[in-house]
Amino acid sequence: MADLEELYREIILDHYRSPRNRGELTDEAALRAEGFNPLCGDEILITLHVDHGVLSDIKISGQGCSISQSSASLMSAAVKGKSLDEVRQIIATFKTLMTVHEAQLEDGDAEPEAVDLRKLGELAALQGVVKFPMRIKCATLGWNTLTQCLDDASL
Amino acid sequence: MATVSGTLDVNAIRRDFPLLERQSHGHRLSYLDSGASSLPPHAVVEAMATYYETTHANVHRGVYETAEEATRLYEDARRTVGRFLGASHPTREIAFTKNTTEAINLLAHSWGGANLGEGDVVVLSIMEHHANIVPWQMLAAAKGIELRWLGLTDELRLDLDGLDEALDGAKLLSITAMSNVLGTINPIGDLARAAHDAGALIHVDGAQAVPHLPTDVVASELDFLSFSGHKMLGPTGIGVLYGKAELLAAMPPFLGGGGMILDVRTDRFTAAEAPQRFEAGTPPIAEAVGLAEAVRYIDSIGITSIRAHELELTSYALDALDGVANGHLTVHGPPAGPDRGGVLSITLDDVHAHDVAQILDSVGVCVRPGHHCAKPLMRHLGVQATARASFGLYNGTDDVDALVEGLEQATTLFG
Ligand SMILES: Cc1ncc(COP(=O)(O)O)c(C=O)c1O
Repeated sequence: MADLEELYREIILDHYRSPRNRGELTDEAALRAEGFNPLCGDEILITLHVDHGVLSDIKISGQGCSISQSSASLMSAAVKGKSLDEVRQIIATFKTLMTVHEAQLEDGDAEPEAVDLRKLGELAALQGVVKFPMRIKCATLGWNTLTQCLDDASL
Repeated sequence: MATVSGTLDVNAIRRDFPLLERQSHGHRLSYLDSGASSLPPHAVVEAMATYYETTHANVHRGVYETAEEATRLYEDARRTVGRFLGASHPTREIAFTKNTTEAINLLAHSWGGANLGEGDVVVLSIMEHHANIVPWQMLAAAKGIELRWLGLTDELRLDLDGLDEALDGAKLLSITAMSNVLGTINPIGDLARAAHDAGALIHVDGAQAVPHLPTDVVASELDFLSFSGHKMLGPTGIGVLYGKAELLAAMPPFLGGGGMILDVRTDRFTAAEAPQRFEAGTPPIAEAVGLAEAVRYIDSIGITSIRAHELELTSYALDALDGVANGHLTVHGPPAGPDRGGVLSITLDDVHAHDVAQILDSVGVCVRPGHHCAKPLMRHLGVQATARASFGLYNGTDDVDALVEGLEQATTLFG
């Protein structure tokens, strides 16, 4: 099935099998946030360092399905080394990608207008998720947890 | 082709279930989620539609003809359900609720509220559904009762070694007749005798067992039994709490309102007799009509034949799954046998249950991923989620074959 192949693209399977930035920063300066998906039991722990307005390091741990794990891995690669402004922008762009209107889906495969997929780089691989509404929560788990982490630290 | 060794004519049965005619993603629908909710046969849908179109009126109040007919249908449903369970006094022992969950909350609130206090013990097992855990935890928080837990053997059966110790001084054993995750069937007759010997009562969560196994509340000496209509070919919105007549008669009301009273004054009310006492407000009338029809449908096939069919299918499935994924597939539950129901909780080493279910969906196979509202059990198993296939009388070997094929596809994709 074409939709299923789009969901499980090679990039996604690659990030699932070999997640980037896996682990936990345990020093005191590290910021931490935990996220849960109560429906399927997915769990994620994000730890990160912010240095002079730059997200200098990030580690992800936890368990979950290929979509939640690969999305978090892709996210970590996309935000690491970026300024906090850039990080917020990337989060916003990704959220827009995930909330694309159903009307657009029904119009065939029109690209969501609000999102410039080229700007998303590898993250664009996750666009197949929007055709599986039940899986959007999986894809956004890491991102919501990262937002939570930054909000908690008032960053 | 779909029939397994002739116990049931699955192809004929499927014609009674219109939903099975639809396709899903271009495939024949393999509905393997009856443990979550079963499909209703046409007869059930028709009975409810006929009731609404020819009879509907509120029960217990009107004196006009249709209101009397509606009341009679509702009360007939109580008798039909009671007889199905082997109850001695169906009209006094069957309380209709919204579902199993509400039945257990009724029991905990009403019986527990009146009979349990600080330090009193309720025994549960680690394989319970949250519906048979959380109401007791709420009671523990409110009244300081103690909860004790029965564990499992290595083969994922109930560990009976700790039973007598756990029951010592207990007031209630509240336990499932069949696990919705493992398929383990518990020896409820033996458990009832052990509970009674220890001076405790027994409540059985029959949500998974009543639809699939013969039930006899008298022979098994059950004090209370709860289950849901929607898992036994009936409609959603109706469940049952069975209680022995003298026990229900002594219990205080649960929800307050119309229908559950004899008299109301400004300073007090007098509750109606059981079971009306537990049925505040307009009850699920059409749903009761539908549930009674579901019971008649099950009776027409025979619950013993349904059980035999599902056991054969379970053995067939366990054999077929044995060869999948080169030893990287686990079915969490005991081997096929008389104490094993048609529930297969599957994990693949390298594919998360959510992904397994997604890939199965793409070939028309409906299974459920997740923790199945049994998180203490999942922690015991050391897994976060399983993909659960559960059988109904309309399933055949072709559904198992589709499941196996989908699982092979999942291992290839993630391999
Ligand atoms: C063993 C068991 N108990 C209780 C329930 C709860 O049933 P309901 O959701 O109909 O209240 C279920 C169903 O999910 C179950 O499998």
